[in-house]
Amino acid sequence: MKVSSWFQGFLFNLGRRFVIGVPYVWLLLFFVLPFLILLRISVTDMGNGVDPFAPLIDAMPGSWRIKLRHENYFSIFSDAAQGAVGGLGGGFGNTIYMEAYAISLKYALLTTLSCLLIGYPFAYFLARSRPSVRPALLMLVMLPFWTSFLLRVYAWKGILADQGVLNNLLLALGIIQEPVVMLYTNVSMLVGMTYVYCPFMILPLYANLVKMDFRLLEAAHDLGASRWKAFWLITVPLSKSGIIAGSMLVFIPSVGEFVIPSLLGGAENIMIGRVVWDEMFSSNNWPRAAALAVVMIVLILVPLAFYYRASSGRGAHAES
Amino acid sequence: MKSQTNLLLRFAENNLGRLWLGLVYLFLYIPLFFLIIFSFNSTRQDGVFTGFSLRWYQALLSDSRLVEGFFLSLKVALITGTLSVVLGCFAAFVLVRYLRFTGRTLFYGMVNAPLVMPEVIIGLSLLLLMVAVQRTLGWPDRGFITIVTGHTLLGMAYATVVIQSRLSEVDRSLEEAAMDLGCRPVQVFFLVTLPNIAPALVSAWLLTFTLSFDDVVISEFLSGPGVTTLPQVIFSYARRGVNPSIYAAATLLIAAVSLGIITYSVLMLRRQKRLDREISAATRSEQAFPDPAAAG
Repeated sequence: MKVSSWFQGFLFNLGRRFVIGVPYVWLLLFFVLPFLILLRISVTDMGNGVDPFAPLIDAMPGSWRIKLRHENYFSIFSDAAQGAVGGLGGGFGNTIYMEAYAISLKYALLTTLSCLLIGYPFAYFLARSRPSVRPALLMLVMLPFWTSFLLRVYAWKGILADQGVLNNLLLALGIIQEPVVMLYTNVSMLVGMTYVYCPFMILPLYANLVKMDFRLLEAAHDLGASRWKAFWLITVPLSKSGIIAGSMLVFIPSVGEFVIPSLLGGAENIMIGRVVWDEMFSSNNWPRAAALAVVMIVLILVPLAFYYRASSGRGAHAES
Repeated sequence: MKSQTNLLLRFAENNLGRLWLGLVYLFLYIPLFFLIIFSFNSTRQDGVFTGFSLRWYQALLSDSRLVEGFFLSLKVALITGTLSVVLGCFAAFVLVRYLRFTGRTLFYGMVNAPLVMPEVIIGLSLLLLMVAVQRTLGWPDRGFITIVTGHTLLGMAYATVVIQSRLSEVDRSLEEAAMDLGCRPVQVFFLVTLPNIAPALVSAWLLTFTLSFDDVVISEFLSGPGVTTLPQVIFSYARRGVNPSIYAAATLLIAAVSLGIITYSVLMLRRQKRLDREISAATRSEQAFPDPAAAG
């Protein structure tokens, strides 16, 4: 009896280890290990004909040295042609990479703002609609998400083209006299990004606003606040966590967006995702592509840390 | 007077709401309408509807790249969906049930990180891993296996979120009852827990299937020569210019998805109704046969 119960305990422990082990090992192998390799490649020599997987450590009899290269990172931030080689010379900040980061951040920020501008009132009105129609309305927001994202972006290409539907419509209505160039400009890129990421802003905002007690607004109203004032003093502060969550969900993937700029963006708006791609497959400069990706991760980690602090703060607040 | 202006304000607000909702829905659905309408266009023109024709559907079916891409994507998505749900099930179980073990924080971070990581980074780092593995082991070549791995990494994260939220709502007393009645933990899982979380498993599978079927960035990084998924083919066409056969493909996809969602909602509605009926029947029978102990 004792032996069998010990055996059962052993089996239970084994099962537990198995259940934890399977996803753990999977994630270590395919999520953590690739990042370590990425980091490692980013500090290898980027000369021609050099194997990026060559060992970092030169073992010689009696001594060994580590070959860590920082050139990949320096070349991102400073232009070796202008400044001193390998140093922070006069070319600092003027590289195409810095420009690409700046453009990516700018468009990610603009996308987040326009999604918030469109999505916040939308989520607010959705949360205040009749409960009986809410599931259907919510379903309508999700529905486009189930059809191909690529195809929906592609459709904008036809809509915004010089001879496209929108231009033809505006011409027919007499609003414009000749076609406006919209495709391959920053306008078309922003429209595409806002379009794709809007639901990611709407859903967390809705989840937040629908839980809000709207009697608070009535109370404020009874106490003499105008609707507008009540909205700014009560609704907006109460939905802060929703705003932060939605903004993160829009901002972070926007920074690394690759497909939308390639289809709708112009030649002057090269975002960092595209640059990484080009370094990897056109220039075949793997170490630099890896270094660019590492810097991109760092850029994303900053708002992410902010987000986790905000959301864990919210969790603690809810528990108390 | 004041109440009148109030009424007016409220009326305006209600209509502002409807107007805003309507405009945003229009914004969300314009591309879909565009794709459907112009897939039936008789010419290649983008801005004018010149007449009804099915020629782009014919062109689509005779385009071997698109058809092959479709079947490859289908295969990848089916395997990715299944693998993601299995792995997501494990991960969700760990997150909900095993609250204390070494490395839990790391595990939590690893599960959630792919959700917020740009796909370019996931694709690039996995590609580097695959190249390293291929060099040391001589296997696998870039292609089917590497694409499925990449998609599953992302899909598992989404599946975990969906299954986790359902699993945390499961009534544990049912499992405890099964244990008391002599079930082994594995039996408890398959006989009690699994049926309980089945709806979440279905939605997680559908979600990961869709993500995989739709993914272009990770596939672009991880595919090899001669292996191109449907989104990759579409992406390469789209960069070149207008091709209405893509509109036709889109229309077919939209039709399939709408049909699927409608069927799913009808089934869910029926299930809910049956459940309601059974619950009300059960409560009625309780009233018809009052508990003798309570009566005594």
